[in-house]
Amino acid sequence: MKRAFLSGNEAIARGAYEAGLRVASAYPGTPSTEILENLTAYEEIYSEWAPNEKVALEVALGASFAGVRAMASMKHVGLNVAADPLFTAAYTGVVGGLVVVTADDPAMHSSQNEQDNRNYALSAKVPMLEPSDSEECRRFTKLAFELSEQFDTPVLLRTTTRISHVKGIVFPEDPIKPKVPEGIVKMPEKFVMLPVHARKRKLVLHERIDSLREFSNEFKENRIHWGERSIGFITSGVSYCYVKEAFPDASVLKLSMVYPLPERLIKEFAGQVEKLYVVEELDPFLELQIKAMGIECTGKEVIPAWGELDQYRIKKAITGKEKKLFQSVELPPRPPAMCPGCPHRGVFYTLSRLKVFVSGDIGCYTLGALKPLSSMDTCVCMGASIGNAHGIEKALGTKVKGKVVAVIGDSTFIHSGITPLIDVVYNRGSSTIIILDNRTTAMTGHQGNPATGKTAMGEDTVEIDLEKLCRAVGVRRVQVINPHRIDETEKVIREELAVDEPSVIISKAPCALLPEERKRKKPLYAVDTELCTGCRVCLGLGCPAISWSPISREEAIKRGREKQKGLSVISEVLCTGCGECEIVCKFDAIKEVPGDD
Amino acid sequence: MTDTTNILFTGVGGQGILLASEITSDALIETGLDVKKSEVHGMAQRGGAVEAHLRFGKKVYSPLIEPGGADLQVSFELMESLRYIQYLKPESKVIVNTQRIYPLSVATGLMDYPEDVIGKLKDYGVEVYPVDAFQMAKEIGEVRVVNVILVGMLSRFLPVKEEVFFDIIKSRVKKQFVDVNLEAFKRGRELTGRTL
Ligand SMILES: Cc1ncc(C[n+]2csc(CCOP(=O)(O)OP(=O)(O)O)c2C)c(N)n1
Repeated sequence: MKRAFLSGNEAIARGAYEAGLRVASAYPGTPSTEILENLTAYEEIYSEWAPNEKVALEVALGASFAGVRAMASMKHVGLNVAADPLFTAAYTGVVGGLVVVTADDPAMHSSQNEQDNRNYALSAKVPMLEPSDSEECRRFTKLAFELSEQFDTPVLLRTTTRISHVKGIVFPEDPIKPKVPEGIVKMPEKFVMLPVHARKRKLVLHERIDSLREFSNEFKENRIHWGERSIGFITSGVSYCYVKEAFPDASVLKLSMVYPLPERLIKEFAGQVEKLYVVEELDPFLELQIKAMGIECTGKEVIPAWGELDQYRIKKAITGKEKKLFQSVELPPRPPAMCPGCPHRGVFYTLSRLKVFVSGDIGCYTLGALKPLSSMDTCVCMGASIGNAHGIEKALGTKVKGKVVAVIGDSTFIHSGITPLIDVVYNRGSSTIIILDNRTTAMTGHQGNPATGKTAMGEDTVEIDLEKLCRAVGVRRVQVINPHRIDETEKVIREELAVDEPSVIISKAPCALLPEERKRKKPLYAVDTELCTGCRVCLGLGCPAISWSPISREEAIKRGREKQKGLSVISEVLCTGCGECEIVCKFDAIKEVPGDD
Repeated sequence: MTDTTNILFTGVGGQGILLASEITSDALIETGLDVKKSEVHGMAQRGGAVEAHLRFGKKVYSPLIEPGGADLQVSFELMESLRYIQYLKPESKVIVNTQRIYPLSVATGLMDYPEDVIGKLKDYGVEVYPVDAFQMAKEIGEVRVVNVILVGMLSRFLPVKEEVFFDIIKSRVKKQFVDVNLEAFKRGRELTGRTL
């Protein structure tokens, strides 16, 4: 078949399709998101966005119990959420092949931490494969399904950002047709993890890991590339690619199954090289196990345990030689920013004026922590905002009355914000919670979620009514606002901060990047240069469409405002017509103007 | 792996860097070379600085260019050409779109946009190919062809026949835009002359 140029994520989707995958469930998260997005293109596969990763894994496990091949994919921190079903799925095992993809993010390109999820394989006792390029992503996904059925176990497939988001050449093969059994078979001793069954399954689990350990010695994807024997490397995943470039002549043992490890193969290799290095990103996961086998090797003494590696970092770590590089230049930073017309802006602008403590959460709105809005004071993990706010209130009581607000996005609220909201109500809290409902999961590229009324496969579905949901769990005060109306936004937030019971404000306005929004005909705003006093208040919105244009002293005198240093200017290309700047301008200098259609 | 060539694409989220690096990759693959391309999605795309690494040769292992390893840089924005200077080497060729996009700190008057970026680049001794691709795109009559102009300039330094690029552009863009894109490619290619 023709070769294709695919990212690791596209190749995993392709491999799963070739393996006859039937049910896929996922929650978006960089760098894993495109796996499910690509699966939606195959008619043979049922694919869905779950409200969170735990649900995604439970759905996939159910499908596996029913006898079809199933997959759940998520980012590294997603597996923390899904860890509960994972650990017990290791006991039940599978019927249809079950593959769980975890995409780790060393260097935290788009994450709040850089945990090493290979540790999950070890502690859940589930085998893990780690591809080192796109073609291996495709092949290993197929292998993972086969191993899953052969050994009656879920299989973890681990990527990192430089595997998921790197494109390389792939050689697609023909798919097999998904097998769908006639019905589900009851197997209580396998499926019902009562202690009496679980104790037996625990023994099965240990026997299975022993057989897998034996298997990994013969597994043809664990390979030795013999080169010079003076220096040998044990490595896996993308680190293998870096090692091959840094030391092209050295001997290398490439591990493709990183748990359980092939002890005999490792000993054979270690015995034949003079100096042995273990090269891996993040934790000394291989290194500690290899050392526990009684093998002498060098790893984290020289290789950094944080961030990403590359061929240069490895060369430098091992040879101690540094290249002479160009001196870097100091430049104005260019961090990501809230887009022009972003509905989150109005809320954060208001919060910055109210000087409250903002218990934050994860999504595009986390950008509200950056200047000039600077109004997010915590960000830990998805859903944490509400529990954090409640904890702060319980700790300090009246001392923080009316001074703490939780903010959470629509997708994040559904992911893990509902249970902490129930906690607030149940335990007689009085937090003020703002749900930033921008009608999409924006951060990860605009996926549907249960509050948007569209499924991953593009069908219309029931749209959760967030207002009713909050009322149903016992919140009596729920107000819906349009955040672009900054004046009303401020009024409502003040009102709710003042009350002595839980309250929810739903800030409802669509993300400016949604296709419907881009197409909508919008008003255009411009600065009346006669009226602008250069007070800079509008610049406090941090809108990329508004910029500062300095004026000379003569010009200032001519304008009759000797002290004026400059004017605000609105870019007609970038302005989306949200109108927030018109509201904040105290001099009526910003006005709607006729735009060209 | 000394036969590997490294191209660094830099610019600002939303400038069409991914498409440009995609067309370039396709052309190299069509020519029978191994290619790896690394890009970052997610947080980096909301108007932040973005980079893509493209490496090609007989067999490419690493998806990343190492510091001091880029043979070519294509910068879609003026000052972004300096941000990754540590990736360049003295003999690097640097194609720079002289268009300026102000980050928030500059737009709001808190910081200054660096002066004489091209001069600074030249001081490092690298070969600089500046172009006002935005102006050129306007002349062609379609501002969205900025990235194809830059691919045209880059194409001079790649072991790929011109026709291969033509075919790829034809297959990748909508029918009504094929002509402007081909013109953009050719205009770009003329700018870097017959250097090879
Ligand atoms: C457990 C976990 N899963 C996934 C992610 C990735 N992620 C970060 S924010 C986010 C969704 C944000 O959507 P929403 O709350 O609607 O806010 P928006 O970006 O639309 O403003 C996702 C999926 C994560 N950080 N943690």
